[in-house]
This record gives sequence, C-alpha cells and structure tokens, in this order.
Amino acid sequence: MTPLPAAKALDAYFLEARSKLLDLAGILDRIGRGAEAGAVGQDPRLTNIRQALEILQDVSGGRAERVQRLFSLGYEVGWERPKPR
Amino acid sequence: MYYIDPHIHMISRVTDDYQRMAQCGCQAVSEPAFWAGFDRGSAEGFRDYFRHLTEVEPKRAALFGIKHHSWLCINAKEAENVKLSREVIAVIPEYLDKSNVLGIGEIGLNKNTRNEATVFQEHVDLAMKTNELILIHTPHLEDKYKGTRMIIDMLKGDRRVSAERVLIDHVEEHTVRLALDNGFWCGMTLYPTTKCTPERAVDIVEMVGPERIMANSAGDWGKSNPLAVPEFIQEMKRRGHGEDVIRKIVYENPLAFFRQSVRWPKEAMADDGHSREGAREMSAAR
Repeated sequence: MTPLPAAKALDAYFLEARSKLLDLAGILDRIGRGAEAGAVGQDPRLTNIRQALEILQDVSGGRAERVQRLFSLGYEVGWERPKPR
Repeated sequence: MYYIDPHIHMISRVTDDYQRMAQCGCQAVSEPAFWAGFDRGSAEGFRDYFRHLTEVEPKRAALFGIKHHSWLCINAKEAENVKLSREVIAVIPEYLDKSNVLGIGEIGLNKNTRNEATVFQEHVDLAMKTNELILIHTPHLEDKYKGTRMIIDMLKGDRRVSAERVLIDHVEEHTVRLALDNGFWCGMTLYPTTKCTPERAVDIVEMVGPERIMANSAGDWGKSNPLAVPEFIQEMKRRGHGEDVIRKIVYENPLAFFRQSVRWPKEAMADDGHSREGAREMSAAR
C-alpha cells in the first residue's frame, strides 16, 4: 500500500497538526497556570510528555510507536505463568 | 460500501445507532461480552447477560437488516474475582449452541494480574475443548504492551491454540506486529483518547499491509462512535487507497475470520455483500 507523497500529506494534515499542537500547548499552559505548578514539574507523566516531544523532533521515523513504548509499562521477561488447575 | 463492525457493544447503544449503521452500509456486527460498567455480583447476572446477547440483540439488529453475532466470557476486569469467573465459565457452555455465538471473548488482561492470567488461561482451555474461536481484549494505555506480550506468551504456551483462530483486538502501533508476526489476526479499535484514531489506523495498515487486520469501533457506554468504521473507510479513500483493499479490511477480513466458527451458517453473508439472512429476519420481525 502506497502512502501519500510527503508534499500531499503535509498539505492534507498541516492544519490538523497545528490544531493538535495548540491543544497540547493549551494543556501544558493550563497545568502551568494552576496552583503549585512547581510541585508537579518532576511528575513522571510530565517527564514522559517532555521526552515524547523530543521523540517528535527525530526525523528518523517510527515516532508513534516510540511514543507508545515511552508511555508503556515494561514487559517482564520470565514472568511466572499460572499453573493449570 | 458494505462493512462489518467486528467489535461493538450494542447492548449499550440505542436502536437509532443500528439505523445509522445500516444506512452507512453495516451488514453485520460482532459483540463480545464485556464489563458492564460495574462488577456483577453473581453468575446469574451473566446468565441474563448472555441471554441478552444471544436473543435480544439479534432481533434488534435484524430490524435494520444487520446480522448480529456475539461472544461469551467473563471480561478481564471482573476476572480478578477468580471464584466468580469459574462459576461464569461453567455457565458458558449452556449458550454455546446459540446460532449467533462466534466463540469465547473478549477475554484478556486488564491490569496484568495473576488472577486475570489464571482466568484467561481457563477461558482458553474451554475454547480448546469446545473448538471455539477466541477474541482477545488487550489492556488499555500503559498496560497494553506488557499485557499483549503476556497474552501471546500464554497462547503460544498452549499447543492446542491455532493462531489463525485467534483475534487480538485493540492493537496499536507498538503491538500490531506482536500479533501479526505470531500469526494471529488483529483488530484496530477506533475509540477516542484511549485507543486509536481512523488516521492512525490507516497509518498502521500502510505500514503492515491489509492481511489479517480489521477495524472496529468498540462502541460502548463511554464516549464512542458507532460509525467509526465508516470514518476509517473515508480516511482510506482520502489517502487514495482502492476500494478492493478497503473492502478487504472492513468486510472480507472479518468474514474470513468469523467463517471459521463451528456455528457459522454456510448460506449467510454471501460474498456479494447481501445479507440474505438479515433480510429474512427483518421480514419476519415485521
């Protein structure tokens, strides 16, 4: 399946990207305007958001998957399966 | 374009939704057993729920020419209660002879606990003993990746399980290849905020191809869109993808998977998209 050429994809989705970035900017501002904003600065969720924004800057691709993994709990190799009854 | 919604909880939707879905080309729905929004108190509560899935919803769907299929289980959230779960699993066989039942589902994990894994394996055991298809719920949000890997570990650890008879649902960018590379079918759920969008679902299909993959709305009692699959169709067309590949994902793939059910009627859902059985039921309902 052939994706849209990059120029067409940019034309088609630029406004949506702009809108979603504004939504995100608004959310971050909202948090920042709240009482005791300094206290949440190191909240792991905000740390993840900041790291996600760095992933978005990486042009090598696979951003969506990498952001998903960033927000995911790790898999435990060798986790113990329940024994059948 | 005809389509099938392979995962939608019509018990929580109004009848108008059936009408709108039919107007958009929906030919059939598949409704897994799920969490009702509260933890049920007894196996008898599930008995009533299974009756609703196998008797009430097919009639409601038929009013609009839609064929209704269902799945049976105790869902992953309530599976934390192992005693209740075992009572419900014991009830399931009473309903496996209902004509619209496709198999066992949606089983899976919620918070990836030991109790959930125990109940999941006991559902799989039932499915293997009764030769049922399996539909799997993968956890939400941060639990999805870990839970999907645990589920696949358990499935691969049971030699009776045939991957082609298992549908792993709610896949996203970081779990779709886990399902496909291990030979399973997979479903992308187009549900606001906590799951996928139509746009990202098309991205996924462009990356992994149209084999063994479907799209669904998982419409339920939360804020959700029963017309999410038509939105996916629209987005595919917007990207310039042909009708053949769109039809494959939204109609032929669900049909190919469902047809494996031991109860699938041979005369239903002919390849030309005409639901003869739905038309007969609609006529009888009038």
